[in-house]
Amino acid sequence: MATTQTTVGSVAAMDVSQRRASAGLWSNAWYRLRRDRLTVASTFVLVVLVLLSLAAPLLSQYVFQMSFERQDLLHAYAAPTLDPPGYIFGSDEVGRSQAVRLFYGGQVSLFVGFVAAAIQLTIGVLLGLVAGYKRGRIDDVVTWFITTLNSVPAIFLLIIFSALFTPGPLTLTLVIGALFWTGITNFVRGQTFALREREFVVAAVTVGASGWRIMLRHILPNVLPLIFVLTAIDVGSIILVESALSYLGLGIIPPTPSWGNMLTNASSYFNRAPWLVVPPGATIFLTVLCLYLIGDGLRDALDPRLKTEK
Amino acid sequence: MRTYIIRRLIYAIPTLLGISIIVFLITRLSPGDPVRLYTFGALNITEEDIQGLREHYGLNKPLYEQYVSWLLQVVQGDFGKSLQYNRPALPLLLERLPATLQLAVAALVLQLAVGVPLGVIAALKRGTWLDNVIRVFGVIGHAVPTFWLGLLMIIVFSVTFGLMPSQGVLTVGHDVWDIPDRIKHIVMPAFVLALAGIANYSRYLRTETLDVINQDYVRTAHAKGLSERTVVYVHALRNALIPMVTALGGLLAALVSGALVVEQIFTWPGVGQFTYAAARSKDYPVIMAGVMVASTLLVLSYLLRDIMYAVVDPRIKVK
Repeated sequence: MATTQTTVGSVAAMDVSQRRASAGLWSNAWYRLRRDRLTVASTFVLVVLVLLSLAAPLLSQYVFQMSFERQDLLHAYAAPTLDPPGYIFGSDEVGRSQAVRLFYGGQVSLFVGFVAAAIQLTIGVLLGLVAGYKRGRIDDVVTWFITTLNSVPAIFLLIIFSALFTPGPLTLTLVIGALFWTGITNFVRGQTFALREREFVVAAVTVGASGWRIMLRHILPNVLPLIFVLTAIDVGSIILVESALSYLGLGIIPPTPSWGNMLTNASSYFNRAPWLVVPPGATIFLTVLCLYLIGDGLRDALDPRLKTEK
Repeated sequence: MRTYIIRRLIYAIPTLLGISIIVFLITRLSPGDPVRLYTFGALNITEEDIQGLREHYGLNKPLYEQYVSWLLQVVQGDFGKSLQYNRPALPLLLERLPATLQLAVAALVLQLAVGVPLGVIAALKRGTWLDNVIRVFGVIGHAVPTFWLGLLMIIVFSVTFGLMPSQGVLTVGHDVWDIPDRIKHIVMPAFVLALAGIANYSRYLRTETLDVINQDYVRTAHAKGLSERTVVYVHALRNALIPMVTALGGLLAALVSGALVVEQIFTWPGVGQFTYAAARSKDYPVIMAGVMVASTLLVLSYLLRDIMYAVVDPRIKVK
């Protein structure tokens, strides 16, 4: 009796392990990801931040009952209070609601982060694949581009560009996306270089698959997992760059709020209103932290060999 | 070794050319006519004078001709005169270079002196609370916006407690060689600039040390009966440090870029702050010289890194 039970037990255990072993990379990763509490928590916080920002128009209309540009000089530098609810995080130097501006700022900062990352991802993956697969001239040109862009401190270029062209949020996003693709290109290029020598690629060539088909159907899926990791981290870095730029008065220009430009004059009024200095910076910090943690979690889930704990 | 250095120097030329093209295009394609900007508000100026000036400065020529003549001057160190100071732009910037270098070197030293031990300790004590604290710091230090941290530090240490000066290199009126005063001024900006790098180094080094500790030659060293100390410092650490040299490249870029923001917060009179001010007042010659100086700094530090790499790890020979 006891023996049968053990057998049944081990069969069941084997069944589970077999099922896990037969699961694909993505479902395996998803399985590990759900069990990684830190990553789940960071994703949750990030989703809440994104939702709050998306809901900014609704929140400002129904909950706080003031728009982000409504000024009220009589109530400048109001300390945080629940009466009126719009001043829950206090008011700034012209009496605007800090809370409402924070949520609207989130729309801008998150938009810049995610869209610029999507742009650099597209450029990076395409150029990386082509350079790594075709080699020769194309590769030389791409490499030259990468070394050149890597040798110009990005923030210098961005500051000069913004000062001379005064771009709107969309243009700024495009430019940031067009400046930060080198990391991903380098990574994809290196991977493609190694992958194109493998048997499955040689087999595809033998069968007569076209270059694009090999790059997109055979090489890309092998590179994809770590690209997601890099992207999560890049979104965070881009948000940091944008906020620094806006803080310097050159990225997102007021009255459009962004987390960075809400701090522009902070140094001149922190004696009177310290509550204006902490929330915007803390929100940037929290967002970027979540993105980095998600990146780390994704890496561990997609490639357990690299697991940081060991 | 010498041929290697010479070859790397030659490789730097196309890079610098590329940078000069970017800089030239950004400033030339920006809206606004430099001649009109220059003569703005001048009385008695006719349309003919403006055309004459355009002709004089070669602004009517095709773009590539303008680029070539600009480049020929730049190669001789002539970026033109600053519109604000009416002095040659390059010397103006070079005067600010020492301050930036001081800040960057101080930050680099901090990064190595703090980041490397943190990473090694975390790896040696892995799984303990100390390891966890260091790893949490490794992520947090990377995610803090530098300008915000700088603001908070000024609020806490300069405004509230009055412990640290919040701006400049030196108290006004003090002797240039007043080293303690200089150190007091550099501590906060250098720490803010170094933080991301400290976090980065601690993460890299933890992974590397863990890797090396599991290698056969470390086990052999243990088996020979060497003391833990010798194994760690002589056998493990030396090899764990090799990949750090590669990581140095990205961190140097972060230092030069980050310096601009940090210099701005702490009113540190360096290249970044000066270029920023020039960008705001559209002082084209200074802007162009500023980007070229910062980029050259970066190209040189990459070069230094590669040379260091070849020295540290003789297995690496460039093709």
